[in-house]
Amino acid sequence: MLEDHAKVAALIHQNGETIGRKKLQKAIYIFQKLGYPFHQIFHFHFRGPYSEELSVQLEELCDFGFLIEDRENEEQTDDPCVYRISEAGRDFLSHYKDVLPNVSRLMQCVVGQSIHFLECVTILLYFDHLSHDAAIEKVLVLEKEITSSELTRALAFIEEICRLQSIESPASR
Amino acid sequence: MTRSFQKLNEEKVFKDPVHRYIHVRDRLIWDLIGAPEFQRLRRIRQLGTTYLTFHGAEHSRFGHSLGVYEIARRVIDIFKYRNHWDDSETMITLCAALLHDVGHGPFSHSFEKVFGTNHEEYTQKIILGDTEIHRILEKQGSGFAQRVADVIGKTYPNRLVVSLISSQIDADRMDYLLRDAYFTGVSYGHFDMERIWRVMRTRDDQIVFKLSGMHAVEDYIMSRYQMYWQVYFHPVTRSAEVILTQILHRAKDLYQQGFRFKYLPHPLLKIFNGKITLHDYLKLDESVILYFFQVWQEEADPILSDLCYRFMNRRLFKYVEFTPALLDAKDRLSESFQAAGIDPKYYLEIDSSSNSPYDLYRPGEEGERQPIQLLMPDGTLHELSQESDVVGSITGMRRTDCKLYYPKDRILDLPKHSPHQKDIQRLLGI
Repeated sequence: MLEDHAKVAALIHQNGETIGRKKLQKAIYIFQKLGYPFHQIFHFHFRGPYSEELSVQLEELCDFGFLIEDRENEEQTDDPCVYRISEAGRDFLSHYKDVLPNVSRLMQCVVGQSIHFLECVTILLYFDHLSHDAAIEKVLVLEKEITSSELTRALAFIEEICRLQSIESPASR
Repeated sequence: MTRSFQKLNEEKVFKDPVHRYIHVRDRLIWDLIGAPEFQRLRRIRQLGTTYLTFHGAEHSRFGHSLGVYEIARRVIDIFKYRNHWDDSETMITLCAALLHDVGHGPFSHSFEKVFGTNHEEYTQKIILGDTEIHRILEKQGSGFAQRVADVIGKTYPNRLVVSLISSQIDADRMDYLLRDAYFTGVSYGHFDMERIWRVMRTRDDQIVFKLSGMHAVEDYIMSRYQMYWQVYFHPVTRSAEVILTQILHRAKDLYQQGFRFKYLPHPLLKIFNGKITLHDYLKLDESVILYFFQVWQEEADPILSDLCYRFMNRRLFKYVEFTPALLDAKDRLSESFQAAGIDPKYYLEIDSSSNSPYDLYRPGEEGERQPIQLLMPDGTLHELSQESDVVGSITGMRRTDCKLYYPKDRILDLPKHSPHQKDIQRLLGI
């Protein structure tokens, strides 16, 4: 019952502080691609992969009182809608102790990046079934704002999180 | 460059209750409709288990797919008339409209939850794999099938083409809202589609709507809202969906435990083993699934036979609203179910809005979703809910619902004065 919701709440809890809605979407997509047990369906939207299912799950968690949604100053951030765990949310998670392995280091690494960069990373991951060159060509055709140097950094970042993932929870997948 | 596609000697038409006629003038479209993978959609209902709530809802994904094609065809005609359309994209768009749902399996949503399949991935595989549809598409030139697949996958470079098939007001939603309202027989769900087409404009790579057509768009949004709550998320339909999901889970579990089925489900064995091929997938339709549900009522396993009996004879689960307090009681509830001889794994299930494949309109999420834009007289774009009080009033409303489903009849059939019955009734508040 509600295991998928619990995994989302657990990830926010492990992050330790508030997390923006856009970053959370991108982080869960990245974790799913790394093989963690997130089952939300993502579609390609105009800023890369996006899950309507996850968006509704977040709203359900708020309606249950397990998450608190706040709005930060829109002039100071491009991700103003943020979530944090409530007391009721901590109680909720006490029912699901092992629902998600400890991914806090990996999470820090992901949320430390800008939204634009995470968009670039997730779009690349979206095309990971294509050859390296075809994936890059596809990204550059679809997202004209992404530069080749950003793509190079994104590819290096993907390698880095794969390495971190193998250290952090090698048996979790 | 616009290439020419072969026209039929004479136009073919399909009589359709929503669009009156569906017109086919291109050989390519006619051939795709005749392909076995497309004909299979006749055997897959558009609304899954909704026919158990609204008995008219027996319409198929075949009719819906033709409807989406017809809407795309008519909108393209309007855009062409206004010189807002690159004609070299026409056939790609029409093929994508026709084929956008071709990968749906039987009772798709439940099936995907249990077996981890994804109809969108199968749509891609059918268009790009070893199929009649792929062969028909590739006759138009190498790479044509890939372009159609990219439109459906929303990764086609021309975003206007993608918007026509998949956006907040697209050919897919317009057809299914009107078609589902017609077949369920509900009085809400209607809107003036032709008026919406007339006020559609193109702006850069998106479709926008003239301010003067705002009321037609409002009707569409209200239709979507009503259909969501009163048809797509109807609690009785959801109950049938829960039972269907539990049947598939039970059958898979039994197979993996080595249960000796009286009626071994040969077409499902590869999916039970997680090794299904495209060829195996294409053999599955709702006739196959319902055949097994019918005969499995005779299986020796009491859970499988009971769940199948419930589904086939509409003895559905009842529900209570799910609250966080119920979550605290879930362990005790499971224990009481177990003690009463009712396996909670199959007879106690939460269903929430996030399980539904349908959604409500919301005014974007800081750039994550493309909202509906109104074209103002001064040429600026305003998001719909900023201009429309009607839309503004429903977009902020709660869109979630969560229920706990259980077999009330089994609880009531427990021996009188059974402590488990009392416990369960108390915990569920019934």
